[in-house]
Amino acid sequence: MKFVDEFRSGALAQKLVHELEASVEPGRALKFMEVCGGHTHTIYKHGIEDLVPPEIDFLHGPGCPVCVIPMGRVDDAIALAERPDVIFTTFGDMMRVPGGRGSLLEAKARGADVRMVYSPLDALELARRNPDREVIFFAIGFETTAPSTAITVLRAQAEGISNFSAFCNHVTIGPPLKTILDSPGLQLDGFIAPGHVSTVVGTRPYDFMARDYGKPVVVTAFEPIDILHATVMLVRQLRDGRCEVENQYTRVVKRDGNPRALAVLDQTMELRDTFEWRGLGWIERSALKLRPEFAQWDAEARFELPGTRVEDPKACQCGEVLVGAIKPWECKVFGTACTPERPIGTCMVSSEGACAAYYNYGRLAKRRERVPA
Amino acid sequence: MRPRRTKLRDEVVTLAHGAGGKATRALVEGLFVEELGNPLLAPLSDSALLEVNGSRLAFTTDSYVVKPIFFPGGDIGDLAVNGTVNDLAVAGAQPLALSAGFVIEEGFPVADLRRIAVSMARAAEAAGVPVAAGDTKVVERGKADGLYVTTAGIGIIAPEVGLGAEHIRTGDRVLVSGTIGDHGMAVMVARGELQLEVDLASDTACVLVLAQELLALGGALRFMRDPTRGGVATALNELAQAANVAVYLDEEALPVRPEVIGTCEILGIDPLYVACEGRLLAVVAAEACDAALARLQAHPLGAGAAVIGEVRDEPEGLVLLETSFGGSRVVDMLVGDPLPRIC
Repeated sequence: MKFVDEFRSGALAQKLVHELEASVEPGRALKFMEVCGGHTHTIYKHGIEDLVPPEIDFLHGPGCPVCVIPMGRVDDAIALAERPDVIFTTFGDMMRVPGGRGSLLEAKARGADVRMVYSPLDALELARRNPDREVIFFAIGFETTAPSTAITVLRAQAEGISNFSAFCNHVTIGPPLKTILDSPGLQLDGFIAPGHVSTVVGTRPYDFMARDYGKPVVVTAFEPIDILHATVMLVRQLRDGRCEVENQYTRVVKRDGNPRALAVLDQTMELRDTFEWRGLGWIERSALKLRPEFAQWDAEARFELPGTRVEDPKACQCGEVLVGAIKPWECKVFGTACTPERPIGTCMVSSEGACAAYYNYGRLAKRRERVPA
Repeated sequence: MRPRRTKLRDEVVTLAHGAGGKATRALVEGLFVEELGNPLLAPLSDSALLEVNGSRLAFTTDSYVVKPIFFPGGDIGDLAVNGTVNDLAVAGAQPLALSAGFVIEEGFPVADLRRIAVSMARAAEAAGVPVAAGDTKVVERGKADGLYVTTAGIGIIAPEVGLGAEHIRTGDRVLVSGTIGDHGMAVMVARGELQLEVDLASDTACVLVLAQELLALGGALRFMRDPTRGGVATALNELAQAANVAVYLDEEALPVRPEVIGTCEILGIDPLYVACEGRLLAVVAAEACDAALARLQAHPLGAGAAVIGEVRDEPEGLVLLETSFGGSRVVDMLVGDPLPRIC
């Protein structure tokens, strides 16, 4: 068992493809949204669209944590990073995300002390080693990464480390899905629900999608075989007239998620009244902030923030891409004004962003024939 | 050679400009070529080709800023010699002489410097080329990260050698002389920031002997490159664009160590973009493919050689990968990943 090769087996893929070919109704388009950017990446990296019947179309959802951070929050992050006493730490793929006035990578080139870390615990270690500096961690991501921020804050508290703080931008997975389901004119036949975040939150947060909106949901892992398997599971539900939340990622995801992770989240964080999502606008109770008793480690409480608001660029259609209304290459600026090296919208920045995945891997996909909806 | 030159629109230099991908190309084409441009520089290949009294010379230079300076499988010294020798070798040249420039930070241990000089001497001797000129500069503490080395090299190209993108034809095969990505991942792991325990060594080596084996194929050898910064993907993209052809890679045929695959998987990096420092990429005529593979595999350094792809007409200028899973995808040039310094 190598844990990767088995899930990339071409022979196994063929079996699943045969079942799909036998199950879809010829000429009837099926649109499935893969919510998570990791799924989008896998679909393109392994060329899954080449394999499935032309009736099946994958739409790319809002589950790229980098892509949904609004430009104003990036500008606020840069303002924090430019303080002379600050070491600003971030995950690597946030470095190139453009705000209203450049990216963290550019701020670093201008002299800000911006450092890439692989975990918030690395940032805490930097705080230990640099007691005379303020170390701020740019906390982003869904409930997937939020527990690691929570644990880091708890550890800072336990060790009495006072020069560490988190700039909290954690978001929750349920509300944007509801926003998508409520968007007018939505044509979706089912959801490939995210895997990593479900290891924490379990499968219950998706129940409303099947119950209230009548959409089949399959919580799915990240290897190409997983995605094909989930597609088969969705097609089976539709064929059998079922509408359920199923779990394909049983090797990791439990119905109730990870209670310990949820407990530390609840201990340290609470829902914000509202939060701005890039491309989706303001969504109520969709993001997390540190609870007041952890203000000591909350960069928003510790430092004066400009509180920048930047409208999404007019030319950018990230919002429509994020709700699956258009394909990335149908955006007016895709591949011309907006490219991975000069992104306008954040969907083009992270390799998990729908546009970047299309641009890097899938530019031939649009030449392929599709069954009209 | 390329129809459209990349524009440089950035106001300051960022680390992306040093990553070997699109941003690097923008910096080189949009600034240096614009200001320094001349017919010798224009091809932007590994070595410039000069005609002197009827002889063809290859001339190249490269700077090394690798961190850490010592890493499993090598150090900045043999890396600097091998890198420049390899740039000459893939141009089809026999190296004649090298130069070495050292920028040393105040406080750098002399013992380390000697160790590096010894490793350079060994690498130069193995390649059969003298380090014939040198320079040293010392800067204040904090103004350089220990040691930077710049090497330059000059070589002579035999009259019968004719290599270049313009010789590439549909149906030609693409070979690589061994596993890909070893150097880049070995250096990343050696930095110790990832807390990974992986048994990986750099592939840094002189590929001159392999290049000479392939040169014996005559006109059936079309083109050679050493896939350093930016990896195999970047080298093949440059090739596809220069020759106006498509390159199709077969994922199953790519030689990648399981340790490299695993480390890349954890970090979200594609081995196709990871630097090699002792590998050779070659394009050969289809009928010479078996002979080329046999010649490479006959040497210990080329034992892991493989045929990894093929040249086709369409789509022009793109590299495509046929995945083991049965699909296909575009393999684009690297877009400035914030990767650490690896060469």
